[in-house]
Amino acid sequence: MTGPLNWLPRTIILVLLALVIFGPLTNLLIWAVAEQWYYPHKLPVTYGFKYWAEVFKPTGNAMLSLWTSLLIAVLTVLACLAVSIPAGYALARRSLPWRALIMLAFLLPQAFPSVPIYINIARIFYGYGLNGTITGVVLVHTTHGLVFSVWIATAAFAAVDRELEEAARSIGASPLRSFFTVTLPLAAPGIMASAIFVFLESLDEFTGTFFVGVPDVTTLPLLLFNASMEGNYQIASITALILLVPSVGFMLFIERFLKADVLGKVGA
Amino acid sequence: MTVAALEIQDAVVSYGDAEPVLKGVSLSVASGEFIALLGASGCGKTTLLRAISGFVRLRAGAIRVSGVDVAGLPPDKRDMAMVFQSYALWPHMTTAQNIGYGLRLRRKSRNDIARRVGELLSMLGLEGLGERKVTQLSGGQRQRVALGRALAVNPRILLLDEPLSNLDARVRGQMRHEIKAIQQNLGITAIHVTHDREEAMVMADRIVILNEGYIVQQGTPEEIYNRPATPFVASFTGAHNVVALHLGIEDGLVRVAAGEHNAEALLRLGSEGAHLAEPKGGPASAHFHTEAARLVIGDDAPPNSLTLRGRITQSSYPGGVYRYAVDVGGRQFMVDDERRFSTGDEVGIWLPAEALHLYPATPEHMARLAGIDENRDRL
Repeated sequence: MTGPLNWLPRTIILVLLALVIFGPLTNLLIWAVAEQWYYPHKLPVTYGFKYWAEVFKPTGNAMLSLWTSLLIAVLTVLACLAVSIPAGYALARRSLPWRALIMLAFLLPQAFPSVPIYINIARIFYGYGLNGTITGVVLVHTTHGLVFSVWIATAAFAAVDRELEEAARSIGASPLRSFFTVTLPLAAPGIMASAIFVFLESLDEFTGTFFVGVPDVTTLPLLLFNASMEGNYQIASITALILLVPSVGFMLFIERFLKADVLGKVGA
Repeated sequence: MTVAALEIQDAVVSYGDAEPVLKGVSLSVASGEFIALLGASGCGKTTLLRAISGFVRLRAGAIRVSGVDVAGLPPDKRDMAMVFQSYALWPHMTTAQNIGYGLRLRRKSRNDIARRVGELLSMLGLEGLGERKVTQLSGGQRQRVALGRALAVNPRILLLDEPLSNLDARVRGQMRHEIKAIQQNLGITAIHVTHDREEAMVMADRIVILNEGYIVQQGTPEEIYNRPATPFVASFTGAHNVVALHLGIEDGLVRVAAGEHNAEALLRLGSEGAHLAEPKGGPASAHFHTEAARLVIGDDAPPNSLTLRGRITQSSYPGGVYRYAVDVGGRQFMVDDERRFSTGDEVGIWLPAEALHLYPATPEHMARLAGIDENRDRL
């Protein structure tokens, strides 16, 4: 294959791929810096950072919903870790009866269409006064996040060789001591990845927040939704860009810290 | 009588409802003794070690350390330390942190830990590697770190679970002697699990051979090698050449009846004669080590020895001596000799009485020797 045009198919495919990946992003970037852009202009009429100032204005809705989003995400991560660290260890170490069933149970919230589930959750939460509260939203995000959290934590603990714990036990470490000095530090990259994943999922989550949180709790995705419904594409684009930052950071983290032996054990 | 450093009494271990892995093992270990638990895989030697260390519970029996029953205690309360086959070093800690871990658990001061770790590093030939990550060490160095980590806590009993089997042959040979020397210098009681006969012979004061959940023989390396109690032990300790004989017992002597491949022979018994496991005549199987056999030509058999007639089918030179495969009535025997023979030569395998271990033949043993495949018979 040394024909004069053998570079052509590859180049065409690469260009198309680049277009698919970067096209929407470019649109987003242009909208984020467009102050005026209307038909029939192919590009914005005036550029500027007016809307950035509006989004980042301390008293604005955007900053408020950013803080709400972050608070919910952090609480969701803590709630997930509180379950996934003990559950993941138990699932990885002890030969639990019904192990496969328990693993599947965490998958259930993902297995059914989410809208009916969230409508029902909203109805149940209403009875407990949880609708429109941060707690309610955190609980919804946690049920959603647990599947990743538990599955990844189980894989991370399973990747820690049992003999490493036994080595600590044999020279005098209590079970708890060997867990905190040997097992947990070695599983930490995997646990960390699951925490970041849950954080991002929570930051991104829309449907559950919509049914349980509205109108009292407004997160960034809800703000984005409202802004684009009102035709305010600048605010929507800037919000979307803010949401993009942690995702990219996570990709870099995964590539840097998570080892193949952990990833290979997810769901195993 | 002094109290044994470690005493195991009728230990039974089973996993679930399956047949027990240990079926009643009793063993007494003196302080400062180096014991090797030797056996093929699945014989229960690792299970016994894990029962001693506390990772496996006894279903019945007792384990006493200096007279105190520890069978109900968790591993961390037994004052032992284990060295693992995989080394089981903690990759998130440096060499010094690995070795010092047990001392930190015991709330020693930072200076004490640093001093003790320094001592161990120099004793193990690891000077200057204290701050190195354990993942950057060679196999032999990792093994030393694992040993140092176990020794740092001054355990009453050191447990070694096939610690050398992941090392290459050269390092393994060297580590055998190093571990032995350290054990002797410290006077520490050690239990070493291995499937390598030579390793057990070189390192241990006493070898305990296990088979199918029982101790089949225990003794010094010389006793195990020269007086194997059963055909299994004989095979396992390297006397895996087997020949069927017919014996007659006479006063202090054993008369080997003339057979298809051997002339009649009269052998002495005892320290300068054959090893007769049970004073019983009739069909028997004789085991001998390859190293003990020599080749002879013709029938010039000296007294107090047995000669098997055969033909050389293969020869090789592994170094030092020639190694011949000799066919005796369809069975191959490996024999070493300094002299050069050629393939096809009629020779005799000359076995001095001291080389022979004689056991009453069991039916299945005889069937195997006769080359009868039992499974084929059933079909």
